[in-house]
Amino acid sequence: MPPFDIAIASMLLMLTPVALAPCCAKSRNTTIYLSFFIAALASLTSVAAGVLAVRDETTVSAVLQMGLPVLPFHLRLDPLSGFFLVVIGLLAFFVSIYSMGYVRSFHPGRSIVRFVVFYSLFIFGMQLVVLADDAFLFLVAWELMAAASYFLVMYEDEKAENKRAAYLYLVIAHVGAIAILLAFGVMAAQANGFESFQGYTFDSMRTTSYSPGWATTAFLLSFFGFAAKAGVIPLHVWLPEAHSVAPSNISALMSGVMLKTSIYGIVRITFDFLKEYPWWWGGVVLTLGLISALLGVLYALMQHDLKRLLAYHSVENIGIILIGLGLSMLFTTYKFPLLASLALIAALYHTLNHAIFKGLLFMGAGAVLHATHARNMEEMGGLIHRMPWTSALFLVGCVSISALPPFNGFVSEWLTFQAFLFSPALHRPILSLLIPLGAALLALTGALAAACFVKAFGVTFLGHWRGHHPVQQVHEVDWYMRGGMALAGLTCFLLGVLPTVVINWMDILSQQLLGAKIAATTGQFGWLWLTPYSSARASYSGMNVFIGIVGVVLITWLLTHAGKRSIRRVPIWDCGFEKLTSRMQYTATSFAMPIRRVFGFLFNISEETRLPEPFRHVAYPGGLYYRLRVRDRFWNWIYKPIGWAAFYTAKKIGNLQQGRIQVYLIYSFVTIIVLLVFLG
Amino acid sequence: MIIYPFIIEALQVALLLMAAPAFAGWVKTVKCRMQGRTYAGILQPYRDIAKLFGKEVVLAENASWIFRSTPYITFGVMVMIGGIVPVFSTELPFGAIADVIALVMLFAIIRFFTALAGMDIGTAFGGMGASREMMISSLAEPAMLMAIFTVSLAAESTSLTQIVQVMGHGKFILRPSLAFALLAFIMIHLTETGRIPVDNPATHLELTMVHEAMVLEYSGRYLALIEWAGMMKLLIFSLLGIAIFCPWGIPSSATPYEMLFGFLLAAAKLAVLGVVLVLIETSMAKMRLFRLSEFLGSAFMLATLGMLSFFILE
Repeated sequence: MPPFDIAIASMLLMLTPVALAPCCAKSRNTTIYLSFFIAALASLTSVAAGVLAVRDETTVSAVLQMGLPVLPFHLRLDPLSGFFLVVIGLLAFFVSIYSMGYVRSFHPGRSIVRFVVFYSLFIFGMQLVVLADDAFLFLVAWELMAAASYFLVMYEDEKAENKRAAYLYLVIAHVGAIAILLAFGVMAAQANGFESFQGYTFDSMRTTSYSPGWATTAFLLSFFGFAAKAGVIPLHVWLPEAHSVAPSNISALMSGVMLKTSIYGIVRITFDFLKEYPWWWGGVVLTLGLISALLGVLYALMQHDLKRLLAYHSVENIGIILIGLGLSMLFTTYKFPLLASLALIAALYHTLNHAIFKGLLFMGAGAVLHATHARNMEEMGGLIHRMPWTSALFLVGCVSISALPPFNGFVSEWLTFQAFLFSPALHRPILSLLIPLGAALLALTGALAAACFVKAFGVTFLGHWRGHHPVQQVHEVDWYMRGGMALAGLTCFLLGVLPTVVINWMDILSQQLLGAKIAATTGQFGWLWLTPYSSARASYSGMNVFIGIVGVVLITWLLTHAGKRSIRRVPIWDCGFEKLTSRMQYTATSFAMPIRRVFGFLFNISEETRLPEPFRHVAYPGGLYYRLRVRDRFWNWIYKPIGWAAFYTAKKIGNLQQGRIQVYLIYSFVTIIVLLVFLG
Repeated sequence: MIIYPFIIEALQVALLLMAAPAFAGWVKTVKCRMQGRTYAGILQPYRDIAKLFGKEVVLAENASWIFRSTPYITFGVMVMIGGIVPVFSTELPFGAIADVIALVMLFAIIRFFTALAGMDIGTAFGGMGASREMMISSLAEPAMLMAIFTVSLAAESTSLTQIVQVMGHGKFILRPSLAFALLAFIMIHLTETGRIPVDNPATHLELTMVHEAMVLEYSGRYLALIEWAGMMKLLIFSLLGIAIFCPWGIPSSATPYEMLFGFLLAAAKLAVLGVVLVLIETSMAKMRLFRLSEFLGSAFMLATLGMLSFFILE
């Protein structure tokens, strides 16, 4: 079966729960198991289609007799779409398994059918985005994806914060969509000057040569549009809001794969359609990537809501992906196809990695939320004893995202660093300044991410329980949820120790887009070694690192346990104080305090300490009131003025509305006169 | 001879393991001598480790598997790193497993798990140590990467053995960027190995401790492994500095005679480096925690300046 047919079958399968769920709505459990089983199956099929499409270098297009009369729907499966089908399908598969357990825990009063329908449409929309081959179908799919995810964010719609978050998301998504629409318009006009609708097919956009001015316009518009969806700073404000209130399986999908559709869009438009560009485009992408990466991780460090923390990390990781893309664009401009391929593969590999580990982390956060009914880390602690599986799998996610070998996050960051180290090839003064700074900021980002995940894991899973209800009420999640997380964790590991296999598989992408392959396994070393340029230049073998560490650990363990030696368990050493409570532990806020002091100038911090009324004397404090508020500066810098301006304008225009019929008649009269004068 | 490089590899790791306490003892001895105190001799760290291995482990009731596995992970990763840094010869079969970037991240694994172990018991000391350590490392690690990048740009490789080959056996070029990188590396060395002015390995004073606070709850063989790994870290960091900035004389082939020469040379370099370390430590006072951001920030800036000057001047 050719990959294209498999992809179509997968998408049709994905749509069946939409029709099926309302029919069997009587039984809640049947709906859940059936729908998510079908969704998991469809996702797995989509992975198969993608893997085959990339492996066989298939490029198949088809025209559906649907859509506009003059512009039927065009579909196309090429290796780039195939790769993103794999990204989407892989995470959707894990999340669908996870959902079988997670969705059952929803409040019985909520409609499951609504959830299932939008869940399926959401994944279907994402698949359609990467398969669409004309601007119209692309935007239809894009909007389907946005609308479905809007309803999913709104799922618990009685809460005010959900409504606010969903509204913000919808507004920014649509501002972005308008920019993308305009970009397509510009490109279609360049393709055949609006003479027929054929200009809107991606095929004609691919073959057109653009004039520099219009190409820049199209690039900037589309980049703005995709950046809004990807959450690039300063367009990131919707992300922490929406991801933290959405159900956790939806957060996993939104953060893991929905953001990646905008990476797809950027790659498709820049590398496939526009192809030639001045160096500063790459500079812009690189700079925005750096800003997003650094600020994203710093904002994440300041969060104590587990899901908000993860959401800010998505901003960071999108930044890292953009750094790779930006470098790739720079190398392309200066005609270094091999180096451009290295950077592009680094970016795409990070796209895949981030999808998996961020999905894993959000699923883990969902498991914690499910068990403790809290998102605030200050009310957790010691969960490693109650939830051993979840904590171990969450730890895998933490290690992966902190870019520690031998897990997957390290491989893509390593490739990105390698790309940086090749940049002396670029001769341009401003780049000589930007690139060392960029490498420095990326290194800083990586180290801060590790600090952030020590905090997230340490405060949530280690130490003592800080919650208000007894810890005995906290239980490990069921096997479906564990299964979904375990598969994601295993994938993190495999992508970390077998990067050569993956890179050999996806090398065709850079071959097609940039005309060069990175030699992942050449040289004197075998498939175990990742040598992206030459073996003398750099090499890394995740598998050997893993075997080495495990081997030494095992030998040491055996040696230290050769004699029979006991371990004595004793109460915690409390310096003789004897009244140690769980409130005396380090909290998430206090953990981040040193970093907050060092990087405080980047935040809008208000801190207040005072003694409560009856004990006004410092010598006899009865209690202490402490309030800390750390806010995103961008909200005050950009969004508040825009919001204010919008309200101000609306109010001024509202003055027209007097509510008296005479005034409205005068308006019509004046309008007619004006029209007669100007058009008559 | 396919087996021969592996023998060298095993020899190097065994030698590093054995020599690490001696080097730590040497630094301590010189320090005592410099400060006019009596000293217990170079062999004291061996006696400490042996004593700790013989002792019973006392473990807090709520210690989880993270706490119990961290000493093994720390030790395992440290031994792994020991197999990667070229010391006596650049013909290391393990040298290709991880390049310098991976090496820095291997150190990060140790830090990550040590910090987690610090938070595991849930006492304020552990959390304090973890929080401070992560703040310090979030500035020190990028500085270290930048210092290393500057060298690898000059050597056009991130592979350590290749760097040693190019810098040690190639044409000698005076590079201003390397001066910046060296300065930054020394500052990072002091930070990473927990020495004055950043941390004081000899103190258990609440206000000043960083690394000791995280491992405060350890005892018995766990503590022995952690202490041993700490000594390994001091030795390996020094050897890493030597391999990157002063690689002259590290043999590129691995005949027994050359290896002996390499070994003696490394020992001599280490002895000198130990004295330099002590000189820095003795002439400085421990810094306040929040002054550290300036110290590490300047290390970071120096390293970035090094890379910038490579781009602009070279």
